[in-house]
Amino acid sequence: MLQKMYDWIDERIDITPIWRDIADHEVPEHVNPAHHFSAFVYCFGGLTFFVVVIQILSGMFLTMYYVPDIENAWKSVYYLQTQVAHGQIVRGMHHWGASVVIVMLLLHTLRVFFQGAYKKPRELNWMVGVLLFFVMLGLGFTGYLLPWDNKAYFATEVGLNIAGQVPLIGDWLITLLGGHPEIIGAQTLTRFFAIHVFFLPGALFALLAVHFILIRRQGISGPL
Amino acid sequence: MKRGKGMKFVGDSRINAESTSTVPKDYSEYPGRTEAFWPNFLLKEWLAGSVFLVGFLTLVLTHPSPLEGMADPTTAGYIPLPDWYFLFLYELLKYKYASQDFILLGVIVIPGLAFGALLLAPFLDNGPERRPNKRPIATSLMLLALVATIWLTYDSAGAVDWEARAEANKPIPASEVEIDTSDPGYAVYENSCMSCHGDDLTNGAAGPPLIGIEHTTEEIADISVNGIGDMPADVFQGTDEELQQLAEFITSVNEQAGE
Repeated sequence: MLQKMYDWIDERIDITPIWRDIADHEVPEHVNPAHHFSAFVYCFGGLTFFVVVIQILSGMFLTMYYVPDIENAWKSVYYLQTQVAHGQIVRGMHHWGASVVIVMLLLHTLRVFFQGAYKKPRELNWMVGVLLFFVMLGLGFTGYLLPWDNKAYFATEVGLNIAGQVPLIGDWLITLLGGHPEIIGAQTLTRFFAIHVFFLPGALFALLAVHFILIRRQGISGPL
Repeated sequence: MKRGKGMKFVGDSRINAESTSTVPKDYSEYPGRTEAFWPNFLLKEWLAGSVFLVGFLTLVLTHPSPLEGMADPTTAGYIPLPDWYFLFLYELLKYKYASQDFILLGVIVIPGLAFGALLLAPFLDNGPERRPNKRPIATSLMLLALVATIWLTYDSAGAVDWEARAEANKPIPASEVEIDTSDPGYAVYENSCMSCHGDDLTNGAAGPPLIGIEHTTEEIADISVNGIGDMPADVFQGTDEELQQLAEFITSVNEQAGE
């Protein structure tokens, strides 16, 4: 049955080459921890992506309860945390995942750096990776405000003040991020929500796609 | 070239006929044992991923995600702290030559140079050598940046009493607690306690919230007189009857909040 469905689709859109591009390749010995245990350092990138998937899924479920307005944001998080079945676990996964993803990202970056894996011809993929790092830090910064507790509020106040120190475009930057040059309030929360849930994930997906296409096209760097 | 014919877009267009050096070596050219990604290697990856997931979920289950009280811009004396992975940038701004007149150094120049160099690393370190000990400048700069980041983070986080912070900022749903201001204990509270613990017992300038505590009436009366932790003794000034009214009032608010 499955085979017939596959054949039906394959006959029309020739899916086999796509499938082979994604999955049909050999894994060289030097990155395989089954042969050399020290090759576990090559897992960091994959584990980063694994945590990103956890973040996407848990974040999707969080938005089923979260309300992005200053009256109800905190209450909805409190409700999720104390009343909803497994709500604490889903929020916990998103909260701790945000930290774990930074750790894995750092380890992955250091692996690539110290192995010199960013050298020709892989310069572009390194730059895409650093941009991914920035996007992830942006997601961390905007996500921190969303529970709308004291910690979130005052940290964001400091963060926006620092952004305001940037010469020439400082005030403009605050308004762009916070919705108002002075007030951190309803507009700030809504903007941070939009940035956290739509803008940055969009950039994240696009960069991840480029990152993965490049690694499949160029292959993994050879042994040192 | 017959691109597009027979709709072999992906498989046929992927690799140029005139292959250049940017095309990776065929894996058969690597020495040693290669393994098919699908399904052999992927199965092992799943195992590693599962072990990782068990560890991650253990962390999640043993450490519930923190939530402080609802944001209140009028909270006095709240010391803001960013999430831990921004602490190094935050701590940097406390140094003399990265703040005040030199704020641009701390906000733009130093982080800009560091992250800019990270972004452009392949062009700054563009020699053919890959081994870390064959490119000492890149390696030592990265190690220096790493040590500086860890030190700044440690310096910032080490100065914070995390448990006291969490204790002083417990989440209290505001709507659930109605303070009975006609209670005789409230008048006593107003005189002796409000300046530190706030006008709705949730917290104030110096004291932690009095809602969500697990003391008995007798213990509350005792603390009012003798103090506890950072709270000094003899804050309460009044008669024994007023002390009893105060303790019962605080207990009743807690009972109401617990419902």
